[in-house]
Amino acid sequence: MTRIPVAHRAAFLARREHRALRVAALLGLLAAWEAVARIGWVPVLFLPSPLGVLGEGWDMLRSGELAGHVAASLWRLLLGFAVGAALGVGVGIAVGFFAVGEAVGTPLIAATFPIPKIALLPLLILWLGLGEPSKVAVIALGVFFPMAINTFTGVRQADPLLVRAAVAFGARRWSVIRKVVLPSALPMIFAGLRLGAGTALLLLVAAEMIAVESGIGFLVLHAGNLMQTTKLMVGIVVLSLLGVLSHWGLGRLERLALPWRAS
Amino acid sequence: MRVVVDGVTKTYAGRDGQPLRALAGIDLVVESEEFVAVLGPSGCGKSTLLSLIAGLLAPTGGAIWLEGDLARGRTPTAMVFQEFALFPWRTVQTNVEFGLEEAGVPAAERARRAARCIALTGLDGFETRYPHQLSGGMRQRVGIARALAVEPAVLLMDEPFSALDAQTRQLMQEELLGIWERTRQTIVYVTHNIHEAVYMADRVVVLSRRPGRVLAEVKIELERPRAERMMGEASFLTAVERIWSLIRDQAAEALRE
Repeated sequence: MTRIPVAHRAAFLARREHRALRVAALLGLLAAWEAVARIGWVPVLFLPSPLGVLGEGWDMLRSGELAGHVAASLWRLLLGFAVGAALGVGVGIAVGFFAVGEAVGTPLIAATFPIPKIALLPLLILWLGLGEPSKVAVIALGVFFPMAINTFTGVRQADPLLVRAAVAFGARRWSVIRKVVLPSALPMIFAGLRLGAGTALLLLVAAEMIAVESGIGFLVLHAGNLMQTTKLMVGIVVLSLLGVLSHWGLGRLERLALPWRAS
Repeated sequence: MRVVVDGVTKTYAGRDGQPLRALAGIDLVVESEEFVAVLGPSGCGKSTLLSLIAGLLAPTGGAIWLEGDLARGRTPTAMVFQEFALFPWRTVQTNVEFGLEEAGVPAAERARRAARCIALTGLDGFETRYPHQLSGGMRQRVGIARALAVEPAVLLMDEPFSALDAQTRQLMQEELLGIWERTRQTIVYVTHNIHEAVYMADRVVVLSRRPGRVLAEVKIELERPRAERMMGEASFLTAVERIWSLIRDQAAEALRE
């Protein structure tokens, strides 16, 4: 009788978490960049060193220059995001829940959704002027579509059994929307918020490159025109920080708002 | 509260455009405080019948009504679902309070009535849990508590224990019988399990396969309160045998579909 050993054949499927490697990869990239800049292979005009960018950022922070730009951008971003998200959720529910809403909304959204929103910026400036409203409006538009479409999808995914249960316990139309349809759609709504946050940042920068004197987009464009590459990089770093922060913040908010989700 | 189902038919629009007859002329009376089991092979329209009594569907023909005086603060019907149908974003406590919210019961009284039903169904200590943190048996306790909380004149149960494993099902049957002994609610209990129907009900209404009609009504001559040992008694076995002989061919045909 021979013993046939049983090997753990699924062992290679196990995925280990390489925490140290994550940090090392990021630090490695920065170190390589710093090294390249120090050696002087590339002139500072084209590639400032990471430490240089950090130093410039610190100076701009102390002089209050950076705070002014960030405040101006954040204001446009938050206002546009709030307006777009609120409208998107409202329209998404109307189109997803009501037959009339679907009949009216679906063709309109299908026709307008593919338009690149940046292309509408000149039109919005024509309508709303060069001031803040046109900037906020283009961001709101960019956020509106992913929000509306995701909310619509979320509403459609609401479990009909739960709707039936709610009705069996006396719920009428608005109760069903508020207590069943909306909570069912929340995970999709949060996914929409994340998509919208990315779009909003993109449109913010685009909008701030036209006829403004403040904002991170302005900072990037202006520094580029003056060939102040280090300042330009500070702007880019701040933008990426904004992106990371909004992603992290929305993740936190989602966990707070959806405590019932398993894991 | 009596339930009267008078010549009810239900025809659905089928997927291929052909009308699908789910129920063909159901006549049924459920007396006040009676525990009636509706039994039939799968696809006999027994769940449809329950939805019709709950007002979740409209009958194609015939009529359904309730007879009796509805005390203030009580709702006519409440439903317990096979798949539990708990709201995942609500805790045990707020799930149980749902029907009371919709009935406009003030918060303090809601909490009081929910607490009573939570105790009655053995859910004490689980008030702040979410459904996904509970086992199947505990989830259905929440489903039952939610239905009892609105103090329905008629309790409608749609295969409430068929998603549970056999041991849990047995225990839940005992508990439901215990609750029924205390509340004496009129219950319409849909099931495909003959033993369960005979063990729990005063009367078993046997439906044919689609289009469903009443094949027979079998009165169960077991004393109350019911106990597990009665499952060995001659009258229990006779009733099971009689019902099985009624639906055996029906089930076989359904199997071949």
